[in-house]
Amino acid sequence: MPALLLLGLLLLVILVLAISIGAVSIPALDLVTAGLSEQQQAVLLSIRLPRVLLAVVVGVALAISGAALQGLFRNPLADPGLIGISTSAALAVAVVIVFAGPLTGMLGLYSLSIAAFLGAMIACFLIFRLAKLSGKFSVTYMLLTGIALNALCAAGVGFLTFLSNDEQLRTLTFWTMGSLGGALWPSVIVASTIVVPSCLLLIKSARELNLLLLGEDEARYLGVDEEKLKRLIIISTALTVGAGIAVSGIIGFVGLVVPHLVRLLLGPDHRLLLPASGLLGASLLLAADTLARTVVAPAEMPVGILTSLIGGPFFLWLLIKQYSGRFGL
Amino acid sequence: MISVCDVSYSASLQKILDDVSATFDAGKVSAILGPNGAGKSTLLKCITGSLKPDFGTIWLEDRKLDSYSLAELSVKRAVLSQNTAVSFPFSVMEIVLMGRNPYTLNGNTASDIEIAEETLDMMDAWHLRDRSFPTLSGGEQQRVQFARVLSQIWDQREAYLFLDEPTSALDLKHQYQLMELVRNQCDERALTVIIVMHDLNIAYHNTDKSYFIQNGIVKVCGASKEVISADTLSEIYNLPPHYAASHINFSA
Repeated sequence: MPALLLLGLLLLVILVLAISIGAVSIPALDLVTAGLSEQQQAVLLSIRLPRVLLAVVVGVALAISGAALQGLFRNPLADPGLIGISTSAALAVAVVIVFAGPLTGMLGLYSLSIAAFLGAMIACFLIFRLAKLSGKFSVTYMLLTGIALNALCAAGVGFLTFLSNDEQLRTLTFWTMGSLGGALWPSVIVASTIVVPSCLLLIKSARELNLLLLGEDEARYLGVDEEKLKRLIIISTALTVGAGIAVSGIIGFVGLVVPHLVRLLLGPDHRLLLPASGLLGASLLLAADTLARTVVAPAEMPVGILTSLIGGPFFLWLLIKQYSGRFGL
Repeated sequence: MISVCDVSYSASLQKILDDVSATFDAGKVSAILGPNGAGKSTLLKCITGSLKPDFGTIWLEDRKLDSYSLAELSVKRAVLSQNTAVSFPFSVMEIVLMGRNPYTLNGNTASDIEIAEETLDMMDAWHLRDRSFPTLSGGEQQRVQFARVLSQIWDQREAYLFLDEPTSALDLKHQYQLMELVRNQCDERALTVIIVMHDLNIAYHNTDKSYFIQNGIVKVCGASKEVISADTLSEIYNLPPHYAASHINFSA
């Protein structure tokens, strides 16, 4: 519990910093004393606040879904991006963008989210089935399935890019790089109405998720309906990942790095791991996004590039550590 | 008491269990023995409910096994499986406390922790309680898993304890300790114990009843001290009689 409070505090500090830093500076002190100019107010309400909140929601979504997937697959290498769940969702969204025309407003965002959810769920089921082809769950098969899915969906997105007109092309490109640049209030509302309930559902099943780590049979012997639990995890993570993808595109590695850091700090118990990952994920993505929109100002770097830049080497380090004999894949 | 009635099970067109019948009584330790691939673990999985037989029925007391809910079963029977790898750094204590899950909806109580410590102590693993489970040796992991399984039915009488090769990774001393513990618990709490194993010496000395399975069929069954003999072994394991006779020497 004190750990959660500390992480909450960290998020709060970054939140205040992220709100104040930008092209138009909004000092924290002025926020409190309400001494904001009209321009500052406009920037705060229609640009800064939705963007900051979206970063928080997407950060929570990616980190918690990563942690839950790692529990489901019983392996710390699972990440929605690595095993092809994100790209499948992306393909579904690309299909909608190219064939259904420009979708805007809340309704459009909800349909994008649903498309992303369906794509993510198909990928989840496929990975789960294929990884268990040999009867026992195999990490090798999980990662290989991910490679195949990633390649297949990338080809699909590529083909759609080829078909698309100029406007669609810009949307697609921006969106496959992963960016929070398009943050407006509707995205915040759509994403949070999907992410918050799904994440709460996952946190609620944390205790059962712990038991699942003993093995599927073992969980059942201890009274857990593991079939139902697995379905719940797959649907909730697919919803969470889907909503995140629909509003921000593919932002990789947050789901891999954050739960791992939390495990190092607080241990693997999901009752703590899931909420703590949510808080840390929000903090990290918010910090990364703030960096992404300020380092090369007045231009802006897609935050997905930044997270992959950090996450890629991190994944390699994890892989080397695992192969050097700690778990044995 | 458990009755297995005419149970058959096939996987990918191959018959693994063929019309198996058996009874396991409370207060008795029974062994399921036989060559590799005979269907021992499959039979155990049918009895635990994790596999559903194609034909036949399994009775737990006076009810069919599949009429029990998972929650009902979780306070009635505990199962130690083979290869229970855990790839996340849970502490030993956390692993054992998972055995208390059926009784604890909101975190573990003081008595859960007491039970976990007691079972760990019985398995000579109390000193490992703060260690990270994945860093333990195979034998240590097996002892900790057994402590978890034991703590699951710790406060139950006439519960069921199913063990799949519980001594496979243990050294002599811990094999002895585990089998003594199983015997004591079985007598004290009238447990129904079923053990799948390969070590015939342990089966001879520590179990009451033995079932020999070969190609999915119960070939021989009876009191362990009577049926575990050179003759049975040479038949079941297809060994030359002189080898079977020289290899085992059961003097109580």
